Amino acid sequence: MPYSLIDTGKSRSFPAAHALTQGAAAAGDVVVVIGTDVARGLAGIQEREKKTAIVVELGTECLGVHTGESRGTEGSNVLGFARFRLGAAEPTKLVELVRQPNTDAAALAAAKKVFEDAGLTVAVCNDLPGRIVDRLIRPYLNAALRRLDEGLASADDMDTTLKLGLGYPEGPIALLERTGLAAHFDVAQALYEALGDAAYAPARRARVAKLRA
Amino acid sequence: MADIRTVGVAGCGTMGAGIAIVAARAGFRTLVYDTRAEALAKARKQSEAFFAKSVERGKLKPEQVSAILANLVGTSKLGDFKACDVVIEAVFEDLKVKHALFAQLDKICPAHTLFASNTSTISITEIAGGSGRDDRFVGMHFCLPAQLMKLVEMSPGLNTSEASFQAAWAFCQALGQHPVKTKDSPGFILNYFLIPFNNDAIRLVEAGVAEPAEIDKAIKDAMGYAMGPFELLDLVGMDTHLLVCEAMHGATHEPRAACPPLVRRMIAAGHLGKKTGRGFHVYKDSKIFGA
Repeated sequence: MPYSLIDTGKSRSFPAAHALTQGAAAAGDVVVVIGTDVARGLAGIQEREKKTAIVVELGTECLGVHTGESRGTEGSNVLGFARFRLGAAEPTKLVELVRQPNTDAAALAAAKKVFEDAGLTVAVCNDLPGRIVDRLIRPYLNAALRRLDEGLASADDMDTTLKLGLGYPEGPIALLERTGLAAHFDVAQALYEALGDAAYAPARRARVAKLRA
Repeated sequence: MADIRTVGVAGCGTMGAGIAIVAARAGFRTLVYDTRAEALAKARKQSEAFFAKSVERGKLKPEQVSAILANLVGTSKLGDFKACDVVIEAVFEDLKVKHALFAQLDKICPAHTLFASNTSTISITEIAGGSGRDDRFVGMHFCLPAQLMKLVEMSPGLNTSEASFQAAWAFCQALGQHPVKTKDSPGFILNYFLIPFNNDAIRLVEAGVAEPAEIDKAIKDAMGYAMGPFELLDLVGMDTHLLVCEAMHGATHEPRAACPPLVRRMIAAGHLGKKTGRGFHVYKDSKIFGA
């Protein structure tokens, strides 16, 4: 499926050359907008409604910020996406593809195909804060940091327990050390503001790391 | 602290039978107690089948298995535990049941015998309080299936002596297991993190964030987990998940430990998980792993 790419700079999803960025054509029925200023990229697309799909890279914001919303019936040929990435770690293969209640089915299918053809895995989700993975793992990571403060177990024993007991490739403390506690603070804080749920309030150790960053 | 030669396992449900396999395999004389003769017979058959597989896979020699099985003895007489240097309790998760068992064991067993509980959600200090020997009592929480999983969460109660904890720790290592130390706190480490995580995943479905299959795919790909939360929940079963949630939430009152309403609806609808052919996913094959 031919697609074109609008790069507005400093993409978190594609910080380096990738099959997706390299496989873009000069023009196509699908437009992928990456970088930190997708609003500008989106505004520059001529005859937007004639495209099969337009997919814009999201940070922690909802797709509705870029498309507008109306009575729970919003949805068009514009979708959102983010390639999952923890802090300073390399982006994973996972693309969370964000739809709205009335997103065009053909647009969804076309966007999915573009990412899958570039070797990525696509999980479709609705337009809610944190999408799937951040929404699920941030409370878990906060809880691990809190329990470390409370002396439930040593960092090594907590990590070992989750690796041996659940087959996780890495325990929560080692994962946070590798990918950055301050980066965890940023995402958790954004979700805490969006959801108002105390489970997302950044744990003390993440706050300390942020203040020292 | 006397050397540990003979191990008693009280209760031969899935966990007890698995722990007995671990102890016998490590070379300890192992007595397994249960009041139900049919449970003992079933556990014996399963143990024999397990060790036959170990031979098939080249992990043990046939003569080793003969010695192990000769050392693994079922009994319906608790009095036989007078020979035990350590007793691991793996009976129903009910404080009264455990207290009644340990009160009897305290009379039967010599003074040096260490008591351990495999409880996953009840406080070690509370169980120890009714054991008559709370200084010689430790938590030893094995993972399911115990015969395959190396992890044991070990917790001292408030009155556990350092010498008893060290002796239990050394015994756990002699079992060939990997002990980790945790406070006597609801869910210890594993369930403290796992139960709320699974509930959060269920709440994502309730909130319409994404379909279970999409969530499983996302978590596996992003985090490198072997199983997604819904694949795991379907294996555990909604009925069991509800029980663990109730125990955890009852002990902690943490909102994330509370069982989401969808689980009760799924139980009412018969969508218990893999064992009924349908949970969050639909299955053609309802056999549980290893069966």
